[in-house]
Amino acid sequence: MCLGIPGRITAISDSMRRLAIVDVGGVKREVNIACIIGERSIDECLGDWVLIHVGFAMSVIDEAQAAETLRLLVELGEAQQELSAMRGSGKT
Amino acid sequence: MQYIDEFRDPGKAAALVAAINDTVKKLAIDRDRPLHIMEVCGGHTHAIFRYGIANMLPPEIEFVHGPGCPVCVLPMGRVDDCIAIAETPSVIFTTFGDAMRVPGSKKSLLQAKADGADIRMVYSPLDALELARKNPDREVVFFGLGFETTMPSTALTVLQAEAEGTYNFSLFCNHITIPATLRAILDEPDLRLDGFLGPGHVSMVIGTKIYDFIPADYKRPLVVSGFEPLDVLHSVWRVVQQIAEGRAEVENQYGRVVPRDGNPAALAAIEKVFEDREFFEWRGLGSIERSGVRMRNVYARFDAERKFATPSLKVADPLDCQCGEVLKGILKPRQCRVFGKACTPQTPLGALMVSSEGACAAYYQYGDLEGLRCQSAADAA
Repeated sequence: MCLGIPGRITAISDSMRRLAIVDVGGVKREVNIACIIGERSIDECLGDWVLIHVGFAMSVIDEAQAAETLRLLVELGEAQQELSAMRGSGKT
Repeated sequence: MQYIDEFRDPGKAAALVAAINDTVKKLAIDRDRPLHIMEVCGGHTHAIFRYGIANMLPPEIEFVHGPGCPVCVLPMGRVDDCIAIAETPSVIFTTFGDAMRVPGSKKSLLQAKADGADIRMVYSPLDALELARKNPDREVVFFGLGFETTMPSTALTVLQAEAEGTYNFSLFCNHITIPATLRAILDEPDLRLDGFLGPGHVSMVIGTKIYDFIPADYKRPLVVSGFEPLDVLHSVWRVVQQIAEGRAEVENQYGRVVPRDGNPAALAAIEKVFEDREFFEWRGLGSIERSGVRMRNVYARFDAERKFATPSLKVADPLDCQCGEVLKGILKPRQCRVFGKACTPQTPLGALMVSSEGACAAYYQYGDLEGLRCQSAADAA
């Protein structure tokens, strides 16, 4: 119940009740998207990747932030390789 | 699926483990006094075991499992109240599946269901509301539990019920809050903690500023973390890095989901429907000031606590259980005297063994067999 699952908004099913259809790995389900509309019109949410908790979309997954975290991890990996190359240098 | 595989890449994990090792070496930590990092959230406990993260880390780092599993900290008296409501004629009692097997003083919801009560597992409070619409001659009660992660969903469901006039729907509110709980843990004299992995999905709702008191008042680092293996390793590295640099700050590793200010629409719904309780009783931890919420007066007609008679008794935890020590991180699950003996997932004595996010269930399901064997050998000797 606390972990949530990512899905993509494929249709708005009831704009009054702020309900939308999400595709979660091929499974379709109606969820409430009241928490992620923000200043937008409800139709602008179409195509969003959202994190769904107990039938509610609670966060739009921020692709730029995800890419930034992954970039940091790549850099960290490269730095680590560099370090081990430095340490191993000249050793047989 | 979106950003799952990317955050499970073994190459990047190896680099993170190497980076953690490097930093730990620089710190020259005594192995008999390892760094204690508390993962507050049960979801993290589960990830740590599922992916074997504890075993990837050097012995100088030890995870202390926090109380962030709402099912686990539910006191027996509250389960008894659920059963009293569920056994009221005309009631359909709905709950998340996790809570079905939590022991009450006489029985669990699952046993009450077997005895004839109309108890149904639902995925979402919206499904409970739909049941209420379809059964206008019945009272449909939803068992609302969880931290701030699930609070907006129950608040919005109540608001929806009010907007459409579905008055045979009500909420049995058992929501609890993380910040008050963290303060209670930090004030615990027996517990030595060096840093925190902050809860990802609670923070998605409440934001990260709310944790500023932890570095300010207690000088401990906290890194809000995602739930994939790379997220957890990355967050551990950032905690260790802060310790190495003599810093204590709130950092956000889970930026793809957690905004600094949280979710304004979710917070507004919570604020509208709920208010603080003066105290809330926790299993194993006792009463914690302002750690729970109840429904505001204006929503009284949707409040199961006011609609139904409940025993509302304080029931002591079973004597043999050491859930409290485990919840506070003082004991490892396998150090509890009934772990794996009288208390197993099939015959749980405490809720920590029931919930998929409970520390004891994680130890039982995913291992630490080594530790268990060592202890059995020690017990036998």
